Amino acid sequence: MVNKVCSRRNFLKGSAAATAGLAAISLSPDKFLVWAEEQGMVESTLVPTYCEMCFWKCGGFAKVINGRVVKLEGNKLHPHCYGRLCARGNGGLGLLYDPDRLKTPLIRTGERGDGQYREASWDEALGLVAEKMTAIKEKYGPESVALFTHGSPTAHFFPLLKAFGSPNVAMPSAAQCRGPRVVAYDLTTGVDIGSPERLDMVNSKVVVLIGSHLGENMHSSQVHDFTEAIANGAKFIVVDPRFSTAAGKAHTWLPIRPATDMALLLSWIHIILKEGWYDKEYVAKYTNGFEDMLGEFDEYTPEWAAKETDLPAEQIYETARLIAKNSPAVAIHPGRHVTWDGQDVQRLRAIIILQAILGTWGRKGGIYLPTKAKLPSVPPPKAYPKPTQKSLRNGDYPFPGYAGVTNAVRESTITEKPYPVKGWIISGVNPMAALPNQDETRKAIDNLDFLLAIDVMPMGTTMMADVILPECSYLERHDAITPLVGRDLRVAIRQPAIEPMYDSKPAWWIARELGLRLGLEDYYPWETYEEKLEEDCLVWDVDFDQLKKDGVVIVSDTTNPYIGPGNEPVFKTDSKKIELYSEALEMEDFDPLPRYKRNEQPSAGEFRLLYGRSPVHTFSRTANNPVLNELYSENEVWVNAEKARALGLKSGDYVKVVNQDGVRSNRIKVKATERIRQDCVYMVHGFGHTSKRLSRAYLKGADDQQLTTKYKVDPISGATGMRVNFVKLVKES
Amino acid sequence: MPNYVMVVDQRRCVGCMACIAACKAENEVPPAHFRTRVIEKVEGKFPELRMEHRSELCMHCDNPPCVYNCPTRASYKDDETGMVLLDPDRCVGCKACIAACPYDVRYTNPKTGVVDKCTFCSHRVVAGQQPACATTCVGQSRIFGDLDDPNSDVSRALAKNPSETLLKSAGTEPRVFYINKFGTPK
Repeated sequence: MVNKVCSRRNFLKGSAAATAGLAAISLSPDKFLVWAEEQGMVESTLVPTYCEMCFWKCGGFAKVINGRVVKLEGNKLHPHCYGRLCARGNGGLGLLYDPDRLKTPLIRTGERGDGQYREASWDEALGLVAEKMTAIKEKYGPESVALFTHGSPTAHFFPLLKAFGSPNVAMPSAAQCRGPRVVAYDLTTGVDIGSPERLDMVNSKVVVLIGSHLGENMHSSQVHDFTEAIANGAKFIVVDPRFSTAAGKAHTWLPIRPATDMALLLSWIHIILKEGWYDKEYVAKYTNGFEDMLGEFDEYTPEWAAKETDLPAEQIYETARLIAKNSPAVAIHPGRHVTWDGQDVQRLRAIIILQAILGTWGRKGGIYLPTKAKLPSVPPPKAYPKPTQKSLRNGDYPFPGYAGVTNAVRESTITEKPYPVKGWIISGVNPMAALPNQDETRKAIDNLDFLLAIDVMPMGTTMMADVILPECSYLERHDAITPLVGRDLRVAIRQPAIEPMYDSKPAWWIARELGLRLGLEDYYPWETYEEKLEEDCLVWDVDFDQLKKDGVVIVSDTTNPYIGPGNEPVFKTDSKKIELYSEALEMEDFDPLPRYKRNEQPSAGEFRLLYGRSPVHTFSRTANNPVLNELYSENEVWVNAEKARALGLKSGDYVKVVNQDGVRSNRIKVKATERIRQDCVYMVHGFGHTSKRLSRAYLKGADDQQLTTKYKVDPISGATGMRVNFVKLVKES
Repeated sequence: MPNYVMVVDQRRCVGCMACIAACKAENEVPPAHFRTRVIEKVEGKFPELRMEHRSELCMHCDNPPCVYNCPTRASYKDDETGMVLLDPDRCVGCKACIAACPYDVRYTNPKTGVVDKCTFCSHRVVAGQQPACATTCVGQSRIFGDLDDPNSDVSRALAKNPSETLLKSAGTEPRVFYINKFGTPK
């Protein structure tokens, strides 16, 4: 399982070592261990694993001395990081050794949310969970237990829930983030752009970022490719109301009026069609419905778009020309967090139409084709029971994607329609911070008979649960082997660097123990997860020993990323082509081509609330991490410098942010800056924690989700547009 | 005898602070202290703006004021590697080097009372590895290597691009070179 690493120096023995050892005891454990390793007194091991500080799941090695992880390093074989870990990846040690971690199972003794718990044994806690789940199953049916999940725990709790008989699983990573993009690609190309997005930026001549703040959005391999593109001289067009890190490196920064991106996209399409700059051969060969597009974009002139977007018409025209003239070596990034204004599937469709008419899909410098290699699927040990009631996870949305619509499950939990939802399991998610309108989330939780949380840290929603099961961190457990589909196909393994600390347990163990207590033992023929992983590798014909040793195994190194003789792209749509005109949408009474529908704008004196990422934090989950907290401990509200002066505010002042519904945030520092437009303010998501057990993060900064009381649901996908709240700043007296 | 230098290609830096996190873990830098940092500098008025990300660390100067001002010879220039290092056993924590350094990259370790600073991760370099910051640098902005080797990454980067050093007028002859001090590519 581990590689032995020889000690660097092997001298200083006997009395000399003992004397030096005395001097070293004043050092903290890590330094002492590193010193002891250097003296040859202990040996270090490197344990290959993959990261869970975010969903990118980069590969790395944990350096372990005497049962303590002293350093994390990247794995060069892993295509999500090329051996380079970001600050969060390096900060994994902060999670592992955070003294605020959940240490033992907890059973609630007070009211939900008041934070009063008693410690319990695993046997008692698991017994109580099984009892509560069984009671709900008997009274309402198994479908009345729902799961909210994200990341690696999903591979353990999703099957558990299916075996239990409920289809109601939902992930905020869809309806509150990437969902509309998945749906738009599904409707248009039938093939997802993938994660990592298959952008061939390293070969691009022009890269367009529209609502994507790469560099602040820290996805290692993609940021690596982004910087390669810059070094290669690619021109970046960055569309953002804020002068983002990426805008700072751009050829053209388009400081667009928020919520008007569709106007810019439609105008670009208009110009490209009008000037005949589209790839005629490609359009004829690989797209469907092009004739239906003609005439439909006539009104979207640059002059019209200029009024909507607050960008000069010449700049709109010039950027269209720059994009078109460099096609197909143009990478138009579709963005990742795309739940903005409830028109998100249509906006993403406009981006995909642009990618298509410029002929970038399957072309060098555009979007490369995925490897055709595939892993055979591993069937469950026993077929899952068929739910007796229809799934409610998708609400009534015609194109909900594959990951469930969290807000539809929440709605059903409140209304008890089409049937009651009485149990929630949350794993790897913090719904209070992830879903808009916290009152609705609270109301749904109040209506539950039972809330179970499985978590590493005492996050806000976790501390509302009836039973809390402490999961160990990713450095202490096995998890599913991840298939890495990109230019080639690889697999990566997660394996424990050390034994679980305190009384915490791996998610697979928790799921299995619950399964056994729920009479689902047939689904768990293995005793340890390592046994299951070995079985999976047998099915996939992957050398398990090599995987354990190297962390990553290349399954297929043959790949042909570009369209060429004998290498045609595959589009899984009805027409087997890119569907510029969507009959599927038309059948459901939606616009078959994207149209412009003006979004509401803030009135004078108000700002649109925008939010995004810091490169050193993930969602709401890392704010308390001692390593990362030191690098960015509380968020700030960015205000245009001139506006700030007018309001009598300067950088460092504390304000409260008040939204249109009168909701007041926790206090937050002002960042008065030229780097943002006057009609919006911006903050990093995931601060203002109210869980008192997060000693570093408690009440530091403001919670953007608290201010997101308003949201606009995309009628196509059910995803929640969340950049629709208007706020004012009130100086703290 | 290798001539170790660092090249910071500022065009590639996104200010993600992976370098800082890796440095702190590798060298167990105490809380609230740093051996390296990333400066973000913005100039101009909306929307005509320019932004620079600049990582700063010990410049491992060839003309090092910290070494000249150290009364105990704890701070020294390593003959073999050219690195400016510090022997903690000789350091009495007098802070003369901190006062002498024009780059503000030294601190007193509160646990040990002696001065601490970037070592170019000399312990890794002698073991054939790169410094922790360069190893983890996602954008490959930090490049480390031997300037005497014409095929090294640092030599190639400096041959291809104009570069500058910080506070040239101080006459310190730094071994950290910056490519495109101001971030916007032309």
